[in-house]
Amino acid sequence: MYERAKILPAGDSNAVLELGNEISVAVHKKVRAFFLALNKEPVKGVTEIIPAYRSLLINYDPVKISYRELKRSLLELEERLEAIELPSPQTVVIPTLYGGEAGPDLEDVASYNNLSPEEVIEIHSGTDYLIYMLGFTPGFPYLGGMSEKIATPRLENPRTVIPGGSVGIAGSQTGIYPIDSPGGWRLIGRTPVELYNPHANPPVLLQVGDYLRFKPITKEEYARIAQQVSAGNYSVTTIGMEDD
Amino acid sequence: MGIMVHNPGLLTTVQDAGRFGYQHIGMPTAGVMDFFAYQAANRLVGNSSGEAVLECTLVGPTLEFTEDALVAVTGGDLSPQLDGMPLPMWESCLVSRGSKLSFQGVRSGARAYIAVAGGIDVPLVMGSRSTYLRGKLGGLEGRKLRQGDYLPVGKTDGRPSLLRVKPDCIPDYSRETVRVVLGPQDDYFTSEGIKTFLNETYEVTKNSDRMGYRLTGPTIEHGKGADIISDGIPLGGIQVPGHGEPIIMMVDRQTTGGYPKIATVITPDISLVAQKNPGDRIKFAQVTLEEAQEIYRSWMERLDEAYEPKPEGKRFKVTISGHVYDVLVEEI
Repeated sequence: MYERAKILPAGDSNAVLELGNEISVAVHKKVRAFFLALNKEPVKGVTEIIPAYRSLLINYDPVKISYRELKRSLLELEERLEAIELPSPQTVVIPTLYGGEAGPDLEDVASYNNLSPEEVIEIHSGTDYLIYMLGFTPGFPYLGGMSEKIATPRLENPRTVIPGGSVGIAGSQTGIYPIDSPGGWRLIGRTPVELYNPHANPPVLLQVGDYLRFKPITKEEYARIAQQVSAGNYSVTTIGMEDD
Repeated sequence: MGIMVHNPGLLTTVQDAGRFGYQHIGMPTAGVMDFFAYQAANRLVGNSSGEAVLECTLVGPTLEFTEDALVAVTGGDLSPQLDGMPLPMWESCLVSRGSKLSFQGVRSGARAYIAVAGGIDVPLVMGSRSTYLRGKLGGLEGRKLRQGDYLPVGKTDGRPSLLRVKPDCIPDYSRETVRVVLGPQDDYFTSEGIKTFLNETYEVTKNSDRMGYRLTGPTIEHGKGADIISDGIPLGGIQVPGHGEPIIMMVDRQTTGGYPKIATVITPDISLVAQKNPGDRIKFAQVTLEEAQEIYRSWMERLDEAYEPKPEGKRFKVTISGHVYDVLVEEI
């Protein structure tokens, strides 16, 4: 983590507020504190903020605030960040059907790592993953904390369509595709839970700073949950830190 | 009041200024590609600045107005016609019930904007009427227009005066120079790489759309590799992946990405990029941040002051040796 935030211009209406050059829980917490502080005490002229792993993109109106003023306000705010309390995280449980049609690359991930498919499932579902950021497409979580034991390189030939809900591995990352998209991730399973619904409020299921846990389910459970999801009466299990 | 879609054209979508406030959950802003043409179109029909319009790409639609309406077509010249007669662009036009607006093909630019007094009245989704195609939301059922669609138009109060954009304020879409501010990750490139980027000419490829403009041309040399820790992507951010060719990120761009951004296109020149077609050339010119903000402020002023009353006159259709000409006779 940098001692002081670095502020970099990104054209006439954006600035990057960079807090470090590594992915770490400490930098992540500072990003979140900045995001909360900027929402609580808006800086004049700031229109939107995109928090990421180690930086925030600040969109502002140069008619209302100059770059120099913006920079000064952000550095002043940094002095007061310690007063910001982060909400205590929840763990969101994502029911996942591993292998078979839902996870056509499970066998490959297993053999690449000299494991059995069951061992891959055990390792993948045995960790709580920190949701570092949402980005790329609506509701896509960038997760941290996957075991290197199941790390597998991306496919050489990406698939043209990966169905929404697919759970995949790319290098030492794991994630879930919220909507149908092309991609090269190794697919090990699928969840019937919707990570993104444009008509729901909020439209995305996950929140930055929470944890995510994959829970293996059977085909029958998958079908049952999928039915509840489409009927609009499924809600995910969340576990608070205190009752875990 | 509404619009019947007889032919949807290649890619016609409902757009407004964009969907703001949701990028932190990964929601792209969408919205119009050419903001200047959009604002001008709304002003010409007396709409407030946030109303939704139609964005047409290359091959325009054929539309029928179910009531008398005030419309304006701006942006790229896709040869608009009203009932078979050329329709002047960049000015307010009264059209009568049953009239058909159609397009004959690209003459300049790539995207035309159709504004109707009252605005295209589709439901707001997350505060915006913009269509985000990949996310299947906004606009008309989250998709491009289809034959047989009906677009409701909002109510208007009174009839505003007829205006046109001052001729010297109409953008020149043939300009090749696109102005940029270096950064945020220009330090990921060698000084040779920056020189290449600023001095060479790039060509727009076929893989260019509302998400991004992929350019081809001399390879830009990286100094510290082609990966950064994923961060937010501003409109106009120019990513350079490992292959060394630039991609200008446009309105449907993903919110975050892991390629270093050598520079950022200044906001007024996004409108210019939006009107480029495959094969068109782009040369990047560096401006300082202070210059960029000065240009931005005067551009915003121009957006406000670019209008004048439409000259009064009568239009005639004149046929000379088999060619049909649209003639405007003005008092002088």
